[in-house]
Amino acid sequence: MTDLASTEAAAGTALAETDDGTARLHRNLFVAIAALLVIAPFVAYPVFVMKVLCFALFALAFNLLLGYGGLLSFGHAAYFGMASYVSAYTAKNWGLTPELAILLGTAVAALLGTVFGALAIRRQGIYFAMITLALAQMVFFFSLQAPRFTGGEDGIQAVPRGKLFGLVSLADDRALYWLVAAIFMGGLLLIYRIIHSPFGQVCKAIRDNEPRAISLGYRANRYKLMVFVLSAALAGLAGATKAIVFQLASLTDVYWTMSGEVVLMTLVGGLGTVFGPIVGAAVIVAMQNYLATFGAWVTVIQGVIFVACVLLFREGIVGVIARAIRKPL
Amino acid sequence: MPEDIILSTSGLTKEFAGFTAVNGVDLKVKRGSIHALIGPNGAGKTTCFNLLTKFLPPTRGTIIYNGRDITGEKPAEIARLGMVRSFQISAVFPQLSVLTNVRIALQRRKRGDSFDFWRSERSLKVLDAEARHLVEAVGLTPFLDLTAGELSYGRKRALEIATTLALEPEMLLLDEPMAGMGREDIERIEALIRKVSADRTILMVEHNLSVVASLCDRITVLARGQVLAEGDYATVSKDPRVVEAYIGSGGGHGHH
Ligand SMILES: Nc1ncnc2c1ncn2[C@@H]1O[C@H](COP(=O)(O)OP(=O)(O)OP(=O)(O)O)[C@@H](O)[C@H]1O
Ligand SMILES: [Mg+2]
Repeated sequence: MTDLASTEAAAGTALAETDDGTARLHRNLFVAIAALLVIAPFVAYPVFVMKVLCFALFALAFNLLLGYGGLLSFGHAAYFGMASYVSAYTAKNWGLTPELAILLGTAVAALLGTVFGALAIRRQGIYFAMITLALAQMVFFFSLQAPRFTGGEDGIQAVPRGKLFGLVSLADDRALYWLVAAIFMGGLLLIYRIIHSPFGQVCKAIRDNEPRAISLGYRANRYKLMVFVLSAALAGLAGATKAIVFQLASLTDVYWTMSGEVVLMTLVGGLGTVFGPIVGAAVIVAMQNYLATFGAWVTVIQGVIFVACVLLFREGIVGVIARAIRKPL
Repeated sequence: MPEDIILSTSGLTKEFAGFTAVNGVDLKVKRGSIHALIGPNGAGKTTCFNLLTKFLPPTRGTIIYNGRDITGEKPAEIARLGMVRSFQISAVFPQLSVLTNVRIALQRRKRGDSFDFWRSERSLKVLDAEARHLVEAVGLTPFLDLTAGELSYGRKRALEIATTLALEPEMLLLDEPMAGMGREDIERIEALIRKVSADRTILMVEHNLSVVASLCDRITVLARGQVLAEGDYATVSKDPRVVEAYIGSGGGHGHH
């Protein structure tokens, strides 16, 4: 759809679609990821792992839109951040249980995605990207101007983690971790299913060649809107979960740099690969953690990595591996 | 009994910023015929196709398909009404396999819309046999599992034809279906077009005049956006204005 997106994606997967060997490989990878999720809280800080998982889900959602729908959104922070606010606000002020707060945040993100998506898909390529950015900036200014809902500069702090289903306390990091891991795994499996569904096939066709898909009788805009809404909802799921984990929703979540970060994670990991965004998110979050002492330099270092990625290996980490083993990942 | 016309236009005109690419074209395509649209480079043939399939809105004029005014329709709806086009610049889905390219079209014909994002793609396996069959008809069986982007130009064209045929359209619009093909492939595709034309109507742009001569029942010659001549090959090829237009523009052969 966008020229940019299609060339980027073309770099990623010049490999045949699914065959049985690929399906088996993917199944094994899912098992490996599940195993890693079980071990992770015992070998790393659970909060750190949860942060990685939230951002990985965010990047997976973004990649669904760009890598498989060919739509470049520069405003995904809007869905991530708005869901984060809604989940934090309702958990704190309405006393919603965490699962309900997260669900509500996700639903609001889906709604926002429906409205913004319907506006943006009328345009193509860079204009599409600009509209998503402009709309996301509106959400940012709303967040800034509505402190009664968002807490303004302070954000919504001290969000209670509450009790899952009103029964299980999530105050302990380990307890919360299993919820986050389950949400992440569920999101990953859902995205995998979407990509490999009849709907996903049509999305990929539209991504590859929109006029051709239209000439076959597909009403491309409906598919684009649908994948946009799915992506926004999943980005919202990530943001809403993040608010519960950190007990905080703030302007950072809706700021344009958040939209940029998710692009970065996806490109570093491998655009248009199933597993790339997870790797990308892990790399970027780890880097931010370990380089935190460098202060403002983190941004510069991130910028350098971004440029290096685009120049040196456009396929991203997982994209390079996929090419080496000649199997889509 | 009057002639059975499947597609007709009247006064079809397209202006691009003051430049008239298609100028008052009246076209009548008989049901069941193979109709050629020929003319020198830049004559407006592709623009005509874009107008007929609603990829461009006409500046003036009307288009009637199967007795129905389709001038205001959307391009996806045109395909759903049974009129499917191919593109001059080969149009495939480069990252999808050859099989999937064809299956995408089958998917549209057999299941309509596919908004079911929760269902496994295994549910599409039932279409594979038919897709393979279509791939075989255009001689691409050895490349079934390659991505379409890896195919040579001529093979992409063949794949595009297979994809178009998968929709079983009532009417096909083919924009230079044989451009870039080798001699052997041209013969194969020519035979295929003849075969599928049995129960449908074909409007095709083609620069290879020997193909046009042997395949087409009727020919419309376009030059500078206007209809210059119309008739069967014998009539049209003798028309001095047609000869003039072709020679005057350096000829329509050697075209890419
Ligand atoms: N989108 C556009 N904007 C401006 N001019 C255009 C556009 N599309 C086509 N034209 C012009 O209209 C004229 C007709 O173009 P068209 O592509 O229809 O010719 P054609 O008969 O298909 O030629 P060819 O044999 O080279 O394919 C050309 O002069 C072309 O430059
Ligand atoms: Mg042309």
